[in-house]
Amino acid sequence: MNFGSEISQAFVVCISAIFTQNILLSYFLGLCPFIGVSREVKTSIGLGLAVIFVMTFTVMLNWLAYHYVLAPLNLHFFRFIMFIIIIAAFVQFIEMAIDRFSPVLYQNLGVFLPLITVNCAILGVSLFMVIRDYSFIVTIGYGLGSGIGWFLAIIAMAGIRQRLANERIPKGLQGAGITLIVAGIMALAFIGFTGVLQGQ
Amino acid sequence: MFTTILISVLIISLIAAALAAVLAVSENYLGDYGPCKITINKESELEVRGGKSLLALLSQEKIFIPSACGGRGTCGMCKLKVLEGGGPLLPTEEPFLSDEERDSNVRLSCQVKVRNDIEIQIPDEIFAVQEFKCRCADILELTHDIRQFTFELIEPEKIDFVPGQYVQLFTPAYEKSSEEVYRAYSISSDARNDGKIELIIRLVPNGICTTYCFDYLKEGDEVKLNGPYGDFQLSDTEAPIIFIAGGSGMAPIKSMLHQMVNTDNKRKASYFFGANKVSELFLGDLMKDFESQLADFTYVPVVANPEPEENWDGETGLVTEAVKRQIDDASVCEAYLCGSPGMIDASIAVLKELGMKEENIFYDKFA
Ligand code: FES
Repeated sequence: MNFGSEISQAFVVCISAIFTQNILLSYFLGLCPFIGVSREVKTSIGLGLAVIFVMTFTVMLNWLAYHYVLAPLNLHFFRFIMFIIIIAAFVQFIEMAIDRFSPVLYQNLGVFLPLITVNCAILGVSLFMVIRDYSFIVTIGYGLGSGIGWFLAIIAMAGIRQRLANERIPKGLQGAGITLIVAGIMALAFIGFTGVLQGQ
Repeated sequence: MFTTILISVLIISLIAAALAAVLAVSENYLGDYGPCKITINKESELEVRGGKSLLALLSQEKIFIPSACGGRGTCGMCKLKVLEGGGPLLPTEEPFLSDEERDSNVRLSCQVKVRNDIEIQIPDEIFAVQEFKCRCADILELTHDIRQFTFELIEPEKIDFVPGQYVQLFTPAYEKSSEEVYRAYSISSDARNDGKIELIIRLVPNGICTTYCFDYLKEGDEVKLNGPYGDFQLSDTEAPIIFIAGGSGMAPIKSMLHQMVNTDNKRKASYFFGANKVSELFLGDLMKDFESQLADFTYVPVVANPEPEENWDGETGLVTEAVKRQIDDASVCEAYLCGSPGMIDASIAVLKELGMKEENIFYDKFA
């Protein structure tokens, strides 16, 4: 595959990861921070941006580690541990770096970064990139798209929840209950995108 | 099979080690903010290496800001004013600060990281705070869960405190707790014996510091503490005094009574000591001594539920009920209370009922 067609495939994969293959609404990965932190739009934006950032970069690092270390040595089964170690180290490094170079950004993202280390969407994206055998460039598109998809989903949810805060909701459904129902309806809405693009 | 396992373990360990090394190196580089200046109260300046919290750097320089949670941002005690260079207020600080405090730049020193030159303001008393190296000289069992610990000062050899103040006892990491903590205890000793510090401590189930003191600390062991802190102290008026404190709350009251003896204070005073059972009363003889040494002092032990076989003929019921029975008019008195928030709130309510003005009630609440 030449470079041009790779770029276009990366673009297609990116768009499909945002809409048709949304990591959160199609695969239900990264659900706990999605439910836990989507009460306000402002905090959701912080967490969403942090996810885009971490997802894009860790998926790249994990691709390199997988294709240059694990695959040649035939250690495919170690990818779970390896990916987790790399994600954790990366997040820690980024936390330090942001704290150092941009205290303002650290203030907004800092508290969310450690949360992301254990976000299954991040690990999920790395594992999908292996299963689907993406090239490096396509992987970047996939990581970025998945991050943006997650970001969009949490912001939409936060917007809805802020409105729901003023509504009268039956007691048993308040909090996580109604949030899950809304997530289900959002997922149905996203199914509407199916067929627009197939990025696999 | 065996070689595969070996190679895999080796590779994973190598990668983990490499990542850890990268982190350690970058921590060294990124976490080092170079020399920073801390200006205190516009007069003194400290040169420190930035990168740690203000609380940690100040205690490194032997300036001890009160803190009960060890810098985790949960006790809200480590407040001070940051006039310049503290950066924006953090979400972790917000719950502890009132609007007024925010406007006057009060911050939690454990949450403010020193990244550049910084200017702060701390109350003068905190400068008087020192760190003491001491030896545990005596442990006296007062009740089944209360002990009196006497510490001999090694360095510095003397402490200058006002009866009613407290110190923070340092607990090192030990078998049951991996973290180092400081906990606050009122001084119970006579301020004239300035070569030692006495603390009356009640065992808190699963408490880090109290478990350490009860189960691990032995006579002869060295400990560290810092202080003195706090502004709970006797006023210099002539108003009659009502002391109310049970259990380990006796500590500051005992110290104040020593002070009254030392200064030949003639104020009328009564001390209501509340306990559940007769066996929970302690230091009764000492209180009798105070009664004979002081001009007008009465000790009133109150037992909530005495067992018939204990032959108790003193006051019974809640300590507040005894206060009501014995005192008709408290409007001219002052009260000094020490104990749990529940006991203090109940006492304040009763004292107000008896006509005492709120500004004449002084207390030290166990947080
Ligand atoms: S030390 Fe407890 S809040 Fe700062």
